[in-house]
Parts: sequence; structure tokens; C-alpha cells
Amino acid sequence: MTTAIAIDNLTKTYANGLQALKGISLEVQQGDFFALLGPNGAGKSTTIGILSTLVNKSGGGVEIFGKNVDAHVYETKLDLGVVPQEINFSQFEKVRDIVMTQAGYYGMPRQLAAERCEKYLRKLGLWEKRYERSRTLSGGMKRRLMIARALVHEPRLLILDEPTAGVDIELRRSMWEFLTELNEAGTTIILTTHYLEEAEQLCRNIAIIDHGRIVENTSMRALLAALDKQTYIVELAAPIRALPDWGDAPLSAEFIDEHSFEITVDARLTMSDLFKLFLLHSVEVSALRSKSNRLEQLFLSRLDGARGGDEHVVQP
Amino acid sequence: MLSNHKYIAFETIVIKEVRRFTRIWLQTLVPPAITISLYFVIFGNLVGRRIGDMGGFNYMEFIIPGLIMMAVIQNSYSNVVSSFFSHKFQRSVEELLVSPVPNVIILSGFVVGGMVRGLLVGGIVTVMSLFFIDLEIQHPLVTLSVVLLTALVFSLAGFINALFANSFDDISIIPTFVLTPLIYLGGVFYSSSLLPEFWRSVSALNPIFYMVNTFRYGFLGVSDVPVVGAFVILLGFAVVLFSACLLLLNRGTGLRS
Repeated sequence: MTTAIAIDNLTKTYANGLQALKGISLEVQQGDFFALLGPNGAGKSTTIGILSTLVNKSGGGVEIFGKNVDAHVYETKLDLGVVPQEINFSQFEKVRDIVMTQAGYYGMPRQLAAERCEKYLRKLGLWEKRYERSRTLSGGMKRRLMIARALVHEPRLLILDEPTAGVDIELRRSMWEFLTELNEAGTTIILTTHYLEEAEQLCRNIAIIDHGRIVENTSMRALLAALDKQTYIVELAAPIRALPDWGDAPLSAEFIDEHSFEITVDARLTMSDLFKLFLLHSVEVSALRSKSNRLEQLFLSRLDGARGGDEHVVQP
Repeated sequence: MLSNHKYIAFETIVIKEVRRFTRIWLQTLVPPAITISLYFVIFGNLVGRRIGDMGGFNYMEFIIPGLIMMAVIQNSYSNVVSSFFSHKFQRSVEELLVSPVPNVIILSGFVVGGMVRGLLVGGIVTVMSLFFIDLEIQHPLVTLSVVLLTALVFSLAGFINALFANSFDDISIIPTFVLTPLIYLGGVFYSSSLLPEFWRSVSALNPIFYMVNTFRYGFLGVSDVPVVGAFVILLGFAVVLFSACLLLLNRGTGLRS
């Protein structure tokens, strides 16, 4: 399989002395849907900045589809589409002009540019807005416009830096569908997001970056399999005054109120076993929900492990 | 990047630039035309009558080439500095930086955009001047080449200003404190023969003095400076500024962290 991105011992120290990347190495295979996660300030955006040439690296090497980005600047840029975290198009230009201009930067003849522009504006639900100034678009539309702009030259590799930040859930899900289709059609996608549910839903492989170092780099499946405990909130059909004695069962529970409690169960315990226990102790359950996303728990535990458990992660 | 792709990218930047300043023509094209027309009326017509001849021509004839050049200089400069800084400020310059457009094309596109505005405003001012006098051009080739070179030099200078600018204040400091004094002391309103020896020597250090005088030579056939020498100086400025812009772009100065 071809390697879409090969990052080797990448370092970045900013002029103010901040060491944003401390020698990260990473490989993303062609066709992958890859999540790059980390808390704020971990080094995700710096990594993406270096890949997209917006940030100068201090050391190490980057290859895109086997070509060194320093030696083959123009070829590697042709393969790359970038959707940045912040809105970065002119607010005074019309939607269609923004996409057409980007096509022009890639040397696309006008006819082809117009076809691609229509194709992606339609796919992203912006065709009706094509003659409107971009500042009049909603936040979600602006994000979709940045995706359309990044795709107009049909890159083999698409980098999305928090593409659904501030987007409502309905729109987010439609964007997930679009990105899944795009990935299935062969585009390699790298995604950074703070919505871990999004990464879990979309991505096959994952790297977690913290303080400029990769603390985890594995497949989503392998990572989720490593989850040894899960916490649920149990809603009760009939109120209880105290929690039952669970005996030797591999779980711990905490009383919230007479209508609900929190239960943390070992991964060895199946759902069937859990409900048998509820039945045994005459606990009538009306609803059961995960206290947090599975990936979120792993994310926090990996960061905690990497930091020796002495720091609290404020925001995933 | 293939040559035809480079041409398309160049054309895209130029069209975008021209579209930008024509979209806001009330801010970009009308004000300089009005300002320079006021110069015609006040300095040329009202005050000029009392001044009499200057360098062997009536005062209106004398100042018109300088006023046209002033419009070209100010507008070439301000178009590039404001446009490129706005791209930086809104981060839309990232669209360009992630694309495969070579730096020389980025620079050429913005500079040509600035030159187009400078020449367009210069053209408008020239047309306005026809309401006051009958203009004759003695050396059309000199006139054309010096106005093109001047627009080029000041577009390049505007680009450097934009690269280093971090705020909107930074894009007005050079035009206010450097460019305007140099223009006013560049012989737009007077002949250097009126100056004492010392100040004539000081004027010789002002590049705008050469531009204005060579442009005036194109119109009137007289100049305070040797025309060939002025072209050498102008070409020298253009080459040095172009190289500096390219070097700064390649380094990512003001653009890449």
C-alpha cells in the first residue's frame, strides 16, 4: 500500500522558544481516514501547518505520496487539499468566485473549473448561494465552502482541521456522510477534531499528540479494544433508597439519587451479565446510557498516562 | 507547475485584484481623481496664475505631469499594500500559500494588479487635466516607459510594506511619513533650479525626483535630470525591489511562522 504521508522526526520551535513539536514520526496510508487528536496546544495545528507549508519546520522530514515536500514543493501541493480551523476566505467575495479563484491557483482551465465548482457546491448544498457574498453565509455554510474550495482541484489527500467546529448536529452528520463517501472514493483524509464521537465514527486509524509528542498511534479498533472499563448512567423505573450489594461482580456503583445511579463495569462483563445482575437485585431499569464517549475515556487515560497522571486535561 | 498553469494562476490573481478595486471604485478610483482635480483648480488655475511661468512653461503645464505621477505612485503603492495586507489579515493569503502557485507568480500578480490601478487612476487624472489645458506629449515612449516603471517600483514597495505590516497602522505609516514628503519634495510643484545648491543635492537623493522629472520630459521635453540616468536608477530600483520581494516571499517573511 502507498504511504500518503510519512512524517519523520518532525520538530518545530517557534521564534518565542515554544517547542511545539518534539520529534514526531507518523505514517498515514493511502485511502485511510486518519484521526489526529490532542488537547489544545498539543501540536496538531502545527503539524498540519507544516504539511500544508504554512509553517516552516525546524527539523525532520515530510513526504507526501513518496515525495519530499521540500524538494517537490509544487507536486506535493497538487496532491493536497486543506480545510483550516479558522475561516480564511475573503468575506467580501461571492461564494462561486472563491471556489473559482482557488481553481485558478491550481492552473485549472475555466471550463473545467466551472464544472468542478458546480459539482462541489451542489454536493455541499451551496449551489443556491453561489452568487451571495460569503459574509452572508451561516457558520456551517462557511465551513462547507472551505471544503468545496479545498476539493476543487480533487486532491488525493485532504486535511481537515476541526471541520465541524460550531456546526449543528444535523449538518455535522450530513458532513460525515459526505466525507465518508469521499474517503470511499479513494481520497485519503486526515481529521483533527474535538468531537471524539466524530473521530470514532469516521476514522480507521488514530494518533494522539500531546505536548509535541505522539502518545498513541494505532488503529481505532485496537484502541477501543483497550478500553477495560466503561461507565454508564442507569435510569430507574422504580425508585430505590440505597444501592444493592453487588457481591463479587466486577463493577462499582455510585448512588446519584433515588431515580438513577452511576455504574462502572469491567470490560469482561457483558451487557447480558449486567442485566442479569439488575434482575437478581430487583433493579428495574428504564434506560441505560454511556456516561462518556468510549474514545473520550481512552483519550483522557492516554493523556493522563503520558503525563504521569499529574495534570488534568481540560478539553479533549 | 506547467507554464500554462502558471499563466492561469497569474491571470487569476490579476483578475481578482482588478475586480477588488473596481468593486469599490468609489473608494479607489473617484477620490484620487477629485483630489488631483482640486490641485488643478487651486494650484494650477488660481495660485498658478500669480506664480507665472515655471521652467519656461505656464504653471499648470508644469505641474500636470507631476500630479499625474503622484496619482500613479500613491495608487500603485496603496493598492498592493492594502490588498496584500487584507489577504494576510483575513488569512485568505493561505489559499495562495497552500496552492502550487510559485512565489514569482504571486508577486507578479499582485504587482500587476497595483500597476493597473495606478495606471487607471493616472489615466483618469490625465483625462481630467484635459479640462484645464491641451496636453501634448513630446516623447510618448519615454512617458509610457517611465510611468510603467514607476508603477512597478511602487507596487513592489507596497508589497514589501504589506509583508512586514502587522496592523492597519503599519500600512499607513510609510505612505504618510515617507511617501508623501518624498512626492512633495520630488519636484511636482517646483523646478529644482529654484532650490539652493544644498537642497538641490538633497533632491538628487530622492528617487521620486527622477521619476517626476523624466515623466515631465516625456510631456514637455525638458527635465532637471539626465533622462538616461533616471531610467538606470528606475530600473535599478525595480530590480532590487523585485529581488527583495522574492527573497522575502521565499523566506516566508510575515507569512509563515
